Amino acid sequence: MGNHSDGTPTSSDAVAKAGHDEVDKFQDPGLPPHRLRLADTDPKAAKRAERQVAWLFIISIVGTLVFLVGYFGVRLDDTIGTLRIQNTFLGLGVAFAMLGIGTGIVHWARALMPDHEVAEERHEIRSEEDRLAAVKIVDDILDETGIKRRPLIRNTLIGAVALAPLPAIAIFRDLGPLPGNALRHTLWKEGERLARDPDGTPIKAADVTIGSAFHVIPESLNKLEHGKLNEKAKAVVLLMRLNPEDLNPSEGREDWGYNGIVAYSKICTHVGCPVALYEQQTHHLLCPCHQSTFDLTQECKVIFGPAVRPLPQLPITVDADGYLVAQSDFHEPVGPSFWERG
Amino acid sequence: MKALSQKRRHPLAALALLVLGLMLTGGLYAVVTTVNEAKAETTTYTAHEVEQGEKLFVANCATCHGLGASGTDAGPSLAGVGAAAVDFQVGTGRMPMQMQGPQAMQKPKQFNTEQTRQMAAYVATLGDGPALPEEQYLDGGGDAAVGGELFRVNCAMCHNAAAAGGALTRGKFAPPLEGVSESHIYSAMVTGPQNMPVFNDANITPEGKRDIITFLKTIENQGSPGGAKLGSLGPVSEGLFLWTAVLGVIIGFTIWLTSRTS
Repeated sequence: MGNHSDGTPTSSDAVAKAGHDEVDKFQDPGLPPHRLRLADTDPKAAKRAERQVAWLFIISIVGTLVFLVGYFGVRLDDTIGTLRIQNTFLGLGVAFAMLGIGTGIVHWARALMPDHEVAEERHEIRSEEDRLAAVKIVDDILDETGIKRRPLIRNTLIGAVALAPLPAIAIFRDLGPLPGNALRHTLWKEGERLARDPDGTPIKAADVTIGSAFHVIPESLNKLEHGKLNEKAKAVVLLMRLNPEDLNPSEGREDWGYNGIVAYSKICTHVGCPVALYEQQTHHLLCPCHQSTFDLTQECKVIFGPAVRPLPQLPITVDADGYLVAQSDFHEPVGPSFWERG
Repeated sequence: MKALSQKRRHPLAALALLVLGLMLTGGLYAVVTTVNEAKAETTTYTAHEVEQGEKLFVANCATCHGLGASGTDAGPSLAGVGAAAVDFQVGTGRMPMQMQGPQAMQKPKQFNTEQTRQMAAYVATLGDGPALPEEQYLDGGGDAAVGGELFRVNCAMCHNAAAAGGALTRGKFAPPLEGVSESHIYSAMVTGPQNMPVFNDANITPEGKRDIITFLKTIENQGSPGGAKLGSLGPVSEGLFLWTAVLGVIIGFTIWLTSRTS
């Protein structure tokens, strides 16, 4: 430790040269000369800095008072305006209460507290003796425990340590159960009516005019008592109607729609955002998260973006009362890929 | 008169007055609402309006939509689009289009209310389509909470949860809904302008549409409860603000912390 408050550099030559411009060794350039602050020399400046620090602390006090006034003084009624006023009081109050203390202390330290520079010397590098001492400690432990001479103790200890983590497996098992088949099935089944989200009223085929887009849930969803959100997250469907000649169904899927009405899963096959941005003229479906774009006229083939699989189609038809119903569940898992999907 | 003034302190006088008042307001209300309904049914147009509308159509729209509005390569047929479509497209200045592009842009409207109505009258004669919205659904007196739920299910994915608008594919976009008139919001829902899907009355009932309009006008008028909205664009504008303004302040503080006082 050296006090450099006088600040005189030990030498003005930073580098000593030894012939032929070869750098021999660096000398310590020392610290730049210490410069006194205004507050160190001028008592008036010191007084002024003192007042400034006090003012910053007073700002903090006022900030705390503003918070308390906002919290107790503003009566919340049913309008959102009073909430906004209270939020403003609370936010500004806490901000100035904290900022006043922080800046006050920093200003105090910078302007008034002693500012002599201090150099801390590096610790000495450990010697060979220290290393040998450490090795000796380990050797002593091995020797005194007698672990080499008592294999019974050694082997039982190894067995105990090896078995000790097993309870952790039991505990982690309780985080389950594994999803099992849940990712492959949804609430849709044969005869399940298509219903409006959120009120769950069934949809007639005649209601769906050309250019319409309906946000659809299974009719039985609202009757569920448990796990409604999980089921909804898998089963949501977008129902659209376009001119039947615009659809180009592949073989075996010609009867999955009804008079140009088609239903597709709303869960993006990329990472599962809801794909519901339907453009009724271009027949594009856009996912708002990563701009995956699906072409409805090509069975929701991906035409842009990071998704790799088309959106699963829900086969639909109409029942005797004219309501739209599902023919079956989706023929493939909805949503993003998962490990066991294959 | 004397008998009446004598009886005014009778215990039942207050009750009688109440019944009288209720019957009066109820009766007045009934009269007013029937007047409203009568007005709503006046979406029948005069022959003069249709004639004027056809003239305006031939002069301004037929280039793209074809004579008789049967459609050309440059514009679709207007048979069956309804008066509501004309009210929306012409009333917001989107039609006549300035140029072909990904999407017809909103601009200062080129026809006054009367001319728009005349063109709507003409287009309405071409085929059955959505009529002009009825006044009773535009009063903003619906349930804003129900409207908010309907909006988040049906509209928010394109128009943003705070109705600030959003991007679609290939240069198209869903416009922000702030400042859009009630009748244009309603017309847009029933006609599905451009790439917006149609939300017919079987999908969202007229009452539901009234709730949605109420919700939109409520969030427009009440302001943002959490301070500056920064465009209501979520992490994009908020992140930009943090990374520039707030990070700048933090850098300023660190420079101040490590600098020497004079």
